Amino acid sequence: MDALISQYIDPYYLRILMLIGINIILALGLNLITGVTGQLSMGHAGFMSIGAYTSAIFSMQMGSPFFLSLLAGAMVAAFFGFLIGIPTLRLEGDYLAMVTIGFAEIIRVFFLNFEPGGKAVGLSGIPQNTTFVLVWTLVIIVIILNAKLLNSRIGRAFYAIRENEIAAEASGINSTRLKVLAFTAGSFLAGLGGGLYAHYMYFIRPQDFAFMKSIELLNMVVLGGMGSIPGTVLGSVILTLLPEMLRVVAEYRLMFYGALLVILMIFRPNGLLGDVRVYDLKKKLQGKKVGLWQSSN
Amino acid sequence: MIWQQLLNGLTLGSTYALIALGYTMVYGIIQLINFAHGEIYMIGAFVGLFLVVNTGLNIGVALLGAMAFCMVLGMLVELIAYRPLRGRASRLSGIISAIGVSIFLSTLMVLIAQTNTRRYPDIINIQTFQVGDLQVSSLQIIILVVATLLMVGLQLLVQKTRVGKAMRACSQDLDAAYLMGINVNRIISFTFAIGSALAAAGGVMVGIYYNAVWPYMGTMAGLKAFAAAILGGIGSIPGAMIGGITLGVLEILGVAYLSSSYKDAIAFGILILVLIIRPQGIMGQKITKKV
Repeated sequence: MDALISQYIDPYYLRILMLIGINIILALGLNLITGVTGQLSMGHAGFMSIGAYTSAIFSMQMGSPFFLSLLAGAMVAAFFGFLIGIPTLRLEGDYLAMVTIGFAEIIRVFFLNFEPGGKAVGLSGIPQNTTFVLVWTLVIIVIILNAKLLNSRIGRAFYAIRENEIAAEASGINSTRLKVLAFTAGSFLAGLGGGLYAHYMYFIRPQDFAFMKSIELLNMVVLGGMGSIPGTVLGSVILTLLPEMLRVVAEYRLMFYGALLVILMIFRPNGLLGDVRVYDLKKKLQGKKVGLWQSSN
Repeated sequence: MIWQQLLNGLTLGSTYALIALGYTMVYGIIQLINFAHGEIYMIGAFVGLFLVVNTGLNIGVALLGAMAFCMVLGMLVELIAYRPLRGRASRLSGIISAIGVSIFLSTLMVLIAQTNTRRYPDIINIQTFQVGDLQVSSLQIIILVVATLLMVGLQLLVQKTRVGKAMRACSQDLDAAYLMGINVNRIISFTFAIGSALAAAGGVMVGIYYNAVWPYMGTMAGLKAFAAAILGGIGSIPGAMIGGITLGVLEILGVAYLSSSYKDAIAFGILILVLIIRPQGIMGQKITKKV
């Protein structure tokens, strides 16, 4: 299957498609924490780096099979998410944002000084086991599980916490436990994405997972529309493609990227799909008038 | 030895405090983490450098020039990137917009000035005084004096003037302030101007002190200053001063007595510890949530 695909798809496009898939997994993890449960995390790349380094070290130095390495990376990341989640999730809003930034920075500095991880030079020679079929199979599985989770009792409790924590508590939701759960699940996906990334890129360095990477992932969640799975997928696709499409403007690329973020936020402040509901679209297609749809901007 | 480290920490911390003030003032009024603030600080350092090198101005005048330039820049950023979002978007959209501005400004500076590190020429005749075991450079004294003057000035402005009163009113309740006839937009603009000017002053002084100015200097300094503002209790002006100085001192002590390769981790580690023990920061007030 993979041989067939690489025969027909240009390597450049194949690479972009792979990165889109990996970014979707990472962004869906962050979407659980920030988009759905409403806990602002700005250190998602930190958990991603834990997954990347753990799985790479498992594969290279312990010779473990690829799937085991991936799972180990995701589990270790989830464990740290759980560990960090317990004391910090009683902080609110921007205090939590700062702690997640701080945690990701500490992880980065740790890997900068971590002997088995090659310190600042990074690790190279990671087996390139991540394939197109594997990435996209995982993307589909993650999307289905996410949709199932969000439609369940737990998923609705997540949304309730985002909308109003006090009201959620009053309705019998144990908000601390659920916030830790969202954080752990999100970190698991970050670790999984990190493992896929490491086994695709062949080599990883601590600065690949710096503050800007966390911000990039946050952009995907917010741009697409907070808490919406199609929104997050769309955000990941757009923000992975955007830098590639902006290659025509060469050194002005990042400048355009920054300016576009501002412009998109001004014109779609709730994200691209943030206030679009599938129900309304269906009605609209059927030619019926829907009140909400017209009034939303 | 310890006194020497404390002095160095105090110098570093007072520059953190200057940047942290901008974060905390903006946050106090519109609850926005202004991630572009670190870039304003960086541009302040560059404008100061430009004025000193290309026009041969006195360093004091260059400092004022950089502050004036960043005042306008800060107001412009607010007008273009934040005002259109106000009141009709979630807080996160504001943060993303701020990140967009931050990426834009740092790339712009890379295009103008390239990525290499620049140095301030030897404009100040740096003398070192020996006080007991303590070595005090004239530069450290200048930084401490300027930072103190600016902070006292800010405190007077906020507590004693009419504009300051309006700023305090806005930070308590934006809608109520509006109903009392305060021109809220003008006050927010003014807050951005003051915060940016303080950051520019910090930028110029750090540029001279560490003898290095480069386009990415704003990122880490911005994060540290945000950490300082949070440490002190975000929204509180004395909190930002105390948070900045605490962070600077502890960071220098950590580097001196623990390990220099973990320099950046130390500051954030302290922050996390403090927040776990005291979730509202040092000077922050505990807000009870009401239904």
